[in-house]
Amino acid sequence: MTRAVVTVVGRDHVGIMARVAEGCAQANANIIDISQTVMNDIFTMVMLVNIQALNCDFDQFVADMKALGDKMNLKIHVMHEDIFSSMHRV
Amino acid sequence: MLNINEILETVTMIQDDYLDIRTITMGISLIDCADSDPVRSCTKVYDKITKKAQHLVETGQKLETKYGIPVINKRIAVTPIAMLAGASGGDPVGYAHALQRAADAVGVNFIGGYSALVQKGFSAGDKALIRSLPRALSETDNICASVNVGSTKAGINMDAVALMGRIIKETAQQTADRQSIGCAKLVVFCNAPEDNPFMAGAFHGVGEPDCVINVGVSGPGVVRSALSKAPKDLPIDQLADIIKKTAFKITRMGQLIGSEAARMLGVPFGILDLSLAPTPAVGDSVAYILEEMGLERCGGPGTTAALALLNDAVKKGGVMVSSRVGGLSGAFIPVTEDAGMMEAARLGALTLEKLEAMTAVCSVGLDMIAIPGDTSAEVISGLIADEMAIGMVNHKTTAVRVIPAVGLKVGDEVAFGGLLGGGPVMPISTFSPAALVQRGGHIPAPLQSLKN
Repeated sequence: MTRAVVTVVGRDHVGIMARVAEGCAQANANIIDISQTVMNDIFTMVMLVNIQALNCDFDQFVADMKALGDKMNLKIHVMHEDIFSSMHRV
Repeated sequence: MLNINEILETVTMIQDDYLDIRTITMGISLIDCADSDPVRSCTKVYDKITKKAQHLVETGQKLETKYGIPVINKRIAVTPIAMLAGASGGDPVGYAHALQRAADAVGVNFIGGYSALVQKGFSAGDKALIRSLPRALSETDNICASVNVGSTKAGINMDAVALMGRIIKETAQQTADRQSIGCAKLVVFCNAPEDNPFMAGAFHGVGEPDCVINVGVSGPGVVRSALSKAPKDLPIDQLADIIKKTAFKITRMGQLIGSEAARMLGVPFGILDLSLAPTPAVGDSVAYILEEMGLERCGGPGTTAALALLNDAVKKGGVMVSSRVGGLSGAFIPVTEDAGMMEAARLGALTLEKLEAMTAVCSVGLDMIAIPGDTSAEVISGLIADEMAIGMVNHKTTAVRVIPAVGLKVGDEVAFGGLLGGGPVMPISTFSPAALVQRGGHIPAPLQSLKN
């Protein structure tokens, strides 16, 4: 397991990027790429992170990020990169 | 690099459109558990299942967290128990209890394979197992049973058809205190597949390896959602293309999870079953897909044509993904498990006769249909015979899973809860086929040549 995709969706407000990045840093997940857009006040961000050197279990990272999302009224999902490439790349 | 739209499409499919892996089913051969002593045989069955499947549930959960896609069911399919009962003699219900203990020990929600294959006749163990079904299904909670009574090559065993009408009635009677739920765990088949991962009809065929992982994907909600974005006047062949593309994506997901599960468990990957399996959740319905295609209600004129297109497009989209496609692979139409079907049945738009026509063009058959509790055994046998004939002549699997709900009449509602859902008791013709059914014997296999 090397890379995961973090998706963040919700109403735009101050500090989303900072706190999501902080969540990744706490788990020692290195951010490789970020793509972000705001449409009609809805904030959407997709992050590609390296999870090779996580300092906790992947399960824990998924749960922590979800909890962070709940606290900030955002939907945050962390999923292994393979699920996206298997669905969209032949 | 993946783009943001693709990533969000996948996340939406899972979060909003109910995309999931419906089941990871481990097939386990019990041939080596046969013993002349039934007690020893049951012990071997329990030991083998609990050894082979000890990590099954945990593996499903690990995959769920890693990939962020729900793996709804973890299940087991075993060699038809009638074969073991034939070898050991004794009361087959002992095996049902052994399977139930094994299911409890490993934490799966169903074990399928309390089954008999009698399309050409009964061998040792078959009749005893069939007669034990009402008891086995009322005394256990997580055991599924099936009986294959016909095939294109063998014809239809009408003695078995007559017997199954009575057995279904008795099973309903013995589980009358639970809305006759025993019948929801019992399927009568024609051309039963030996590698089907879906319940209640899963069993592990004799041509299968010792242990194997089969995966069933689902996603009616995803298909409906994709179709809802298409313009209302889009030609129907282009709708078929949308379904194919969506089925392709869903199936890729199943292929990934299936091969990962097989690798983690150290067991060969068997087949991927490309089925659209609805759940009672609103939005996860096959009926809504048909309505999205342009029907006022599922069951009205045009339904069979729309379903035929859907069933075929799902296969065409999925079959390119994996060279290991098998099982039932098609659209399911279980009435009590599909919010749109329930609604259509309540309105009278969907009738039993229309459902029978629909089964000629889609996967499986008359599935999860509640009928009045006073329906006679002969009428149920007649219904089974009709459905088996459709399968036999069309070289496809057909099945009957009806629930003659004791004490209930047309218009009453059953509520099983969970994936089994609930819904209205549907009317069934009561003109009696008793004289036909009581003849017994065998309907000869249809002609396989002279097709010009």
